[in-house]
Amino acid sequence: MATIDQMPATDNGNAVRGRSLWDDARDRLLANKAAVASMILLAAVAIACFLGPLVLPHPYDAVYRDFVKVPASLEAYPREDQIAPALESLLRRGRVTVDTVEVSGERVTARISSSRDIDPRLVRYLDRSDLFRNGEVADLAADGKSATVTAEVRRLHFFFGTDSNGRDLMTRTLIAGRVSLTIGLLATLVAISIGVIYGSVSGYLGGRVDLLMMRVVDVLYSLPFIFFVILLVVFFGRNFILMFIAVGAVEWLDMARIVRGQTLSLKRQEFVQAAEALGVDNAGVLKRHIIPNTLGPVVIYMTLLVPKVILLESFLSFLGLGVQEPLTSWGVLISEGSRNVQGAAWMLIFPSIFLTSTLFALNFIGDGLRDALDPKDR
Amino acid sequence: MTEAMTNAHKSAGEAVLDIRDLRVSFATAVGTVQAVRGVDVSVAKGETVAIVGESGSGKSQTMMAAMGLLAANGKAEGEALYRGANILGLPTAKLNRIRGAKITMIFQEPMTSLDPLYTIERQLIEPMVEHGGIGRARAKARALELLKLVNIPQPERKLRSFPHELSGGQRQRVMIAMALANDPDVLIADEPTTALDVTTQAQILALIADLQKRLGMAVVFITHDLGIVRQIADRVYVMKDGQVVEQGEAARILTEPKHPYTRMLLDAEPEGRKAPVTGESPILLEGQKVSVAFDLDSGLLKAPIVLKAVDDVSLAVRQGQTLGIVGESGSGKSTLGRALLQLLPHQGRVFFSGNDISNKDRGAMRPLRRQMQLVFQDPYGSLSPRMTVGQIVTEGLLVHEPGLSAAERDRRACAVLEEVSLDPALRNRYPHEFSGGQRQRIAIARTMVLKPKLVVLDEPTSALDRTIQKQIVELLRKLQADHGLTYLFISHDLAVVRALADWVMVMQHGRIVEAGPTPVIFESPVQDYTRELIAAAANNLSG
Repeated sequence: MATIDQMPATDNGNAVRGRSLWDDARDRLLANKAAVASMILLAAVAIACFLGPLVLPHPYDAVYRDFVKVPASLEAYPREDQIAPALESLLRRGRVTVDTVEVSGERVTARISSSRDIDPRLVRYLDRSDLFRNGEVADLAADGKSATVTAEVRRLHFFFGTDSNGRDLMTRTLIAGRVSLTIGLLATLVAISIGVIYGSVSGYLGGRVDLLMMRVVDVLYSLPFIFFVILLVVFFGRNFILMFIAVGAVEWLDMARIVRGQTLSLKRQEFVQAAEALGVDNAGVLKRHIIPNTLGPVVIYMTLLVPKVILLESFLSFLGLGVQEPLTSWGVLISEGSRNVQGAAWMLIFPSIFLTSTLFALNFIGDGLRDALDPKDR
Repeated sequence: MTEAMTNAHKSAGEAVLDIRDLRVSFATAVGTVQAVRGVDVSVAKGETVAIVGESGSGKSQTMMAAMGLLAANGKAEGEALYRGANILGLPTAKLNRIRGAKITMIFQEPMTSLDPLYTIERQLIEPMVEHGGIGRARAKARALELLKLVNIPQPERKLRSFPHELSGGQRQRVMIAMALANDPDVLIADEPTTALDVTTQAQILALIADLQKRLGMAVVFITHDLGIVRQIADRVYVMKDGQVVEQGEAARILTEPKHPYTRMLLDAEPEGRKAPVTGESPILLEGQKVSVAFDLDSGLLKAPIVLKAVDDVSLAVRQGQTLGIVGESGSGKSTLGRALLQLLPHQGRVFFSGNDISNKDRGAMRPLRRQMQLVFQDPYGSLSPRMTVGQIVTEGLLVHEPGLSAAERDRRACAVLEEVSLDPALRNRYPHEFSGGQRQRIAIARTMVLKPKLVVLDEPTSALDRTIQKQIVELLRKLQADHGLTYLFISHDLAVVRALADWVMVMQHGRIVEAGPTPVIFESPVQDYTRELIAAAANNLSG
């Protein structure tokens, strides 16, 4: 470790900014390849989730009845060989006979004939379907018994396939990511803020206050989580914000215990005693000395808590206590996918890739942070 | 291996351990740091060699490198010949046949070198069974023999004890016993007495010297304390900045040092004496029958065991006086200092400037805190690692002068840093970027910014090198002269106490053994305990 003696001389009067422990930790973190790769991946996932749905053509709740459970593909739907049969079956609903069908690029042309008068409104069948648009009846014969129908073929891309309601899985996965990441981060922040303040106050004040505050934690620990959530839902109805409160209200307990343990060892440190000897009051000691020094383990715990919260949210949603249709989260998508794994594996694969890569990235970042903040070989 | 054996025969009788051109470097975030730059050290059978230097001189790293114990980012180059065979860079399995068996080490900290979960017996036996390949019963007998060798009282009982049941000196004896288990050729002792009290220190040194005479091994003694060198070393290497600056017979180095650095080390003893204050000076702090008791082991159903850390101590300190409180660890001197500052609940009464401040609560004490300050022993632990020096120094102002603007606080921080001879430009740096002596200056600046009347100095120089100690003593003396400060100087280091205090109080087991003016206590002590302390510290108390 370099001390001042070995550092370059300083301009007098021009105060040099020192390297804080955080600066050192950041450098060590940036030297950790796995952690940096994970941060890049996490950033990419976050950007995709928050900006992706704005760019993608499909709304997350749009239902394409003609494309229920279509597999993931880079090619556009409908496929070439589907166009003619689809057009025929649609026109047949208008009680006309389809003589020839000709597909040329984006346009499809059909010669139709009928024993009765052809009603031009039959193109509505085409427009209503997800395959065609701008259907027109042209060249209506004078007797009204035969005509040419032209329509544009819609070219729809479902890169991740669609779900069992015919909704684009890619958009839904990204929207689900928004929900999962938001809940993961916000609930974690709630849990951490409560836990850090509660734990440090309890540990620092000690004595009876500590005893009382920790027994409260014990009581809350003994409350079954699901029971607690059901109670909240019953009282306040299903609500997105309720999830933060429910998850945050349970997860801060661990944090409080961790921070209390840290505080107990910190308050015996001489710099805390020095502050007390200076006459600094409790709030000052907590704010300037205890809390900043507990933040190392807290940051590490946070990266482990985010995946935990994401999984917890998935579990709640799975039970029907979390986010509700048409909104979705990774947990919901995965539980749906697992039911359809035999016929439509893509419904499980894509949300799972997103969830697991996010969790892996967070865990690697957690490991990297631990090594960066608590270096053994300094 | 046969080649090595013939080599070994050639050099036998000369050096058992011969380190040649050793270089150690550490890769750190700020670049490569050269800790050792080409060092040659050799030690022959039956010889005691001391490596002397201040912290950061590379003296420990030299031996650690030779033993293959460097931290993961360290790299060693050169040769370390044990009986002619190079052991540097050997694979761990081969190295372990020599390390821990033929070359053994004892460390500074006997508290952490033993595993608190196992008995002494188990910790002694385990390596013998694992590495020595002898049976459990024989190992047990050997363990007992070893404990007798290192003169531990009641060795049979101590075998079944856990480390926390032993005193620091006894633990260090156990560590030595462990090091001797496999009849080593070389014993490397890395500051083995630094963490011990002076009287225990003398005993351990005598033990090592005696064992060496009986077992005929070579001893490498790493220390910063020239007093120890005087006592036991045959030859001395003086290290500075990773290089040996001087080497030779101990007697010559101590009497006719050639290198200016050696000379500086030799006269690093704090100089000067403090003139006593006159009787007219008002009494600033007075304690009447102060006692502090701790409840140990208090359970729900059993009566607590009460430890009287301070027992019925009365004292008075006059304005401008320096009261030195001397005693070994556990004598209650630090507890007394904290009780007087009302940082611990106590019995008895304490007066500050004539006002009774006994057991006032924190709120009531706050206005008085500015006048009575505390400096701690450990300059590493007493500064918050996440605050800049400027923030640390001005924290007291936040409490006592909350109306000050940030710019004004910054100005005061600069002024006080200059007063303790630190560059104010460094105020935005963090404590870990400073050396031990600089940190202690920061800790002193933190108290001085409030312009206190009384400063309790709790071993402020004990964690520092001798030359740094001397500078801190100078600084404390200057500050006292400039501001008319009153000091309560708590220390086990008699040399520093003699230089700074004009009145000395000797404490043992929470009680005052003897008190009086400094020259009287040092020159004609009345009590046996005081005499014993002074005799044990005699090596550091020249002239």
